[in-house]
Amino acid sequence: MMISEKPSTTTDGHLAGHDARPSVGRKFTRAVIQAPLSAQIALLVVMFYLFVIVFAPLLAPYGEAAVVGDAYAPWGGEFWLGTDSLGRDILSRMIYAARNTVGITFIATVLAFVIGSSLGMVAAVTGGWVDQTLSRLVDILMAIPLLIFALLLLMIFGGSVISLVLIIASLESTRVFRLTRAVAMDVAVMEYVEAARLRGENMLWIVRREILPNILAPLTAEFGLRFCFIFLLVSSLSFLGLGLQPPTASWGAMVRENVMLITFGSITPLLPAAAIAILTIAVNLIVDWFLNKTSGFSK
Amino acid sequence: MNKLLLTVAKRLGLGLFTLLVISLIIFLAVDMLPGDIATEILGQMATPDAVAAIRAELGLNLPIHERYLDWLGGLVQGDLGNSLATDRPVASLIGDRLMNTLYLAGLAALISVPLALGLGVLAALYRNTLVDRVVSVSSLAAISMPEFFIAYVLILFISVQLGWLPSLSKVDADQPWLDRIQLMILPAITLTFVTCAHMMRMTRATIINLLSSPYIEMARLKGLGPWRVIVRHTLPNAWAPIVNVVVMNIAYLITGVVVVEVVFVYPGLGQLMVDSVAKRDLPVVQAASLIFAATYILFNLIADVVSIVSNPKLLHPK
Amino acid sequence: MTSNSDLDRQARVGLVSRRSFLKTAAAAGIVTAGAGALAMPAFGADTGSTPQRGGHFRLGLSRGSTTDGLDPAKYADVFMQSVGFAIHNYLIELTEDGELVGELAESWEPAPDASRWVFRIRKGVTFHDGKPLTAADVVASFNHHRGEHSQSAAKGIVDPIESIETDGTHTVIFNLTAPNADFPAITSDYHMAILPEKDGGVDFESGNGCGGYILKRLKPGVEAVVTRNPSYWKSDRAWFDKVTFLAVTDTAARTNALRTGQIDAMDRVDLKTVNLLKMDPNLTVNSVDSDQIYYFPMDTQAKPFNDNNVRLALKYAIDREDLVTRVLKGYGRIGNDHPIGGSYRYFADLPQRHYDPDKARHYLKKAGYDSLAVDLSTSSAVFTGAVDAAVLFKEHAAKAGININVRREPADGYWDNVWMKRPWSMSYSSPRVTEDWFFSQYYSADAAWNDTNWQNDRFNKLLVQARAELDQDKRAQMYAEMQRLIHDQGGSVAPAFSAYVSAARNNVGHGKIAVNRDMDGNRIAERWWFKG
Repeated sequence: MMISEKPSTTTDGHLAGHDARPSVGRKFTRAVIQAPLSAQIALLVVMFYLFVIVFAPLLAPYGEAAVVGDAYAPWGGEFWLGTDSLGRDILSRMIYAARNTVGITFIATVLAFVIGSSLGMVAAVTGGWVDQTLSRLVDILMAIPLLIFALLLLMIFGGSVISLVLIIASLESTRVFRLTRAVAMDVAVMEYVEAARLRGENMLWIVRREILPNILAPLTAEFGLRFCFIFLLVSSLSFLGLGLQPPTASWGAMVRENVMLITFGSITPLLPAAAIAILTIAVNLIVDWFLNKTSGFSK
Repeated sequence: MNKLLLTVAKRLGLGLFTLLVISLIIFLAVDMLPGDIATEILGQMATPDAVAAIRAELGLNLPIHERYLDWLGGLVQGDLGNSLATDRPVASLIGDRLMNTLYLAGLAALISVPLALGLGVLAALYRNTLVDRVVSVSSLAAISMPEFFIAYVLILFISVQLGWLPSLSKVDADQPWLDRIQLMILPAITLTFVTCAHMMRMTRATIINLLSSPYIEMARLKGLGPWRVIVRHTLPNAWAPIVNVVVMNIAYLITGVVVVEVVFVYPGLGQLMVDSVAKRDLPVVQAASLIFAATYILFNLIADVVSIVSNPKLLHPK
Repeated sequence: MTSNSDLDRQARVGLVSRRSFLKTAAAAGIVTAGAGALAMPAFGADTGSTPQRGGHFRLGLSRGSTTDGLDPAKYADVFMQSVGFAIHNYLIELTEDGELVGELAESWEPAPDASRWVFRIRKGVTFHDGKPLTAADVVASFNHHRGEHSQSAAKGIVDPIESIETDGTHTVIFNLTAPNADFPAITSDYHMAILPEKDGGVDFESGNGCGGYILKRLKPGVEAVVTRNPSYWKSDRAWFDKVTFLAVTDTAARTNALRTGQIDAMDRVDLKTVNLLKMDPNLTVNSVDSDQIYYFPMDTQAKPFNDNNVRLALKYAIDREDLVTRVLKGYGRIGNDHPIGGSYRYFADLPQRHYDPDKARHYLKKAGYDSLAVDLSTSSAVFTGAVDAAVLFKEHAAKAGININVRREPADGYWDNVWMKRPWSMSYSSPRVTEDWFFSQYYSADAAWNDTNWQNDRFNKLLVQARAELDQDKRAQMYAEMQRLIHDQGGSVAPAFSAYVSAARNNVGHGKIAVNRDMDGNRIAERWWFKG
């Protein structure tokens, strides 16, 4: 009920036209060429991040945790961005951190969406006790403050990367479920879905062919922000002493490790923070572009 | 209208059930944590005798279902129990801190909600222009910074370098009103950064969505100015989704500000809960999580009531 | 949760000692310390100020928790310990010079031997509520930690007391299970606050005590406020009118509050940025060399550590200087694989062991290994930079053909689930007042925290002998031999002693800062003052 009587809670609450399945190849290229400048830049940025992530070991001048110089070496010379308090190369750690941070966040976000949206669509299409059970369960999970719940679970299951990803994904999937169910509800009562049902199509087909394409837009918009929130959740956890532990490099932890420097006006902690911010902005600009395109009100 | 009341009553009943389940989940989760209050309090100095003595006195040797029913029995009679660590009544431990948490959430909401709505409308009105881009990008930048990062930067400039506001926000019930507000400004601004973007984006998206609908086109064709169109014709219909996201953010301001409390040393409920989890102080953890959960449920209900009232169609589903 | 586990760890009994300890006890058979004989510390050099009354002192401390309480048996960390020393007095005070001086005890003596100690209680002292201090209060205060149902963290250190009796209103007699020349030292432990007797037990809930300050309010995890006790029996202590202890867990928050003048002093300065902090002209950073030891305990009964050659190889495979430079940022000094530092009375100056990969390889070969791979469990709960220390050790040992696999364990529950459970882990320990105290807790075969699982017959025999021995020279010899045994055969790589680094605003005055515990032996409220 917490959901059923409610209109969609999307971040950008509009629906895509019927059957706006993503196209590939040439169509995509043309779309990119026609895209506004902001989206093109954002695409470039994301591609740059991907490049760094894939080729991290080749790009990083030193190892992820290797102590290679004196503590706090200045910028320039042998260490482009200097060294940290232990004498590790900051540039190398930034590069490896891209892999760890973006990787973990991305996997957790995708997982959250796979779990949340598939259950959400099933709940919306099936209705009845399945819907009731799932919705009540999600209500309960969502009523427990996220950060504290994550903290409890991490303390119980240990702070390994796998449990971190699984815990975050399952907690965040409740948010995705809620959104998916709400927007899918609207679609599920449409005539063409009714028609498919009458034709005797099975649930999987309806979900895949009728529901999913029509709720892709709000889900995508949500993906952009959710990605960012999960990012922040991981860094908040590392602030409280959980989450990814050192010496594994991650941007959130690097901000945390060097946070005392802000107190003295140093910009070193700004680097990882900016790395997070730029990626978030780029991802959301692409999402905006995608939304504009699919909903047709770009001009 | 009766139907609305019925819905609310039904929802409140369900809310109670939800709280019951949550109390059970939290009870089990804390019980599953390694160690208990005795080992956590004595830490390294724990001798088996002292641990056994504490367990015996606090009744930790009883089976878990007995302990839970015991706690539940007290709760039904309005007794939250005593803290295992300090033996003080939980209600007295929580009272002040709950008020502090509510004050801070209130102040942060007072700043961030109007700001977010204003910026959202502005961005929608001038969409795809420079104004829109600047608002969008800077709000995205703001939410992508970890809370503690924003907090430390604010402290650096406003407290350390300019000396305008204190960096410790240790509020106290017997401080004059204005002093307290002054202490709360920095944490409130930090929280504004955290919550503003989400609400602003929602506002913008909803309004843009509505602006393309036929009746708005019509209003525009009638020659109404853009502000008038938004204020008179768009906002009333955009209310539900906006209120929804606003309410969720206010709930977040109450339940999710542990990190800001730590950085500003603000004596709120979040820090109490984290400390109590660390010490396995079950009655305090239970009470705090129930308050958080109840807050969430209530705010959710408010959001839904607003949706229903603003859209009578939802009152009479077919 | 890091800080909390760390906090519990810290809570282990810790006191310290100084070479000058018990200038006496044993040898003379009599220890006395005059009432007003509290020697004023030599100011001058340190601060150039003479103490004076007045002011509201605000102290930001790192380890306050919402679960803190007033029961001295459960004082968790520096926050409640500092409050405890402000509102309570103890039988004996460990001074900033490391001497044991009578506080509520006027004198004490073994009679006739070290298994029976007679304490004479100071007359004319009252609690904050006006109730006069008597022997009954002392007995109740000690019994609070004893007995089958004791919930005290100090139960271990009062176990050697067989019975306590009174003789008149101001004499207390402790009967021990075995002779112990060092017994009086434990009465200076922070748990052993003298509380008012009430209904056969003690009243700790009210905060009523004999200390220099009266408790106004305690908000756990937020603050404690105390005001000066106008009828305090010491005239040359407790200078402030009012002291507020603030729980400020976050290091950056503490630092900012100090720089903006919202607090007057703080503990645990961040070592990574201490050089930047020093540039602030309004502040002074105080670093005191303590004998707090950071070490890597191995289970000496488990493979491969049951071979002493492996233990020696690892002891030679760590670059101690590098560790002190990189992890401690120079705020500490290198250790020599035994826990006794220069401040102990019977410190034996053994030849220093240095980084020597060749020697490490040599011992490895003797143990029958060409190369060795071992797991080292660590956690941020152990101490700030513990994980960094393990990572550094790994790099050092690699040059000796030893592959250390660093296992990062969760901070929460580290002391419960990892330390003393895994074959090789990390730990730290606060100094104790006496060698005997330290060895009995960590190295005797039946010690509660024998974290190296060490069973050395010679060592155990010496420990019992030295405890009962009253001749100083003989004791010195025995303790020296025990230190050598640990250094050569013990199960710990003990590479560094850390310093206590705190900071204060320039208008705060103080004498010599004690090294036994952080924040001037936790007695900062009693000992410091504002300059005029």
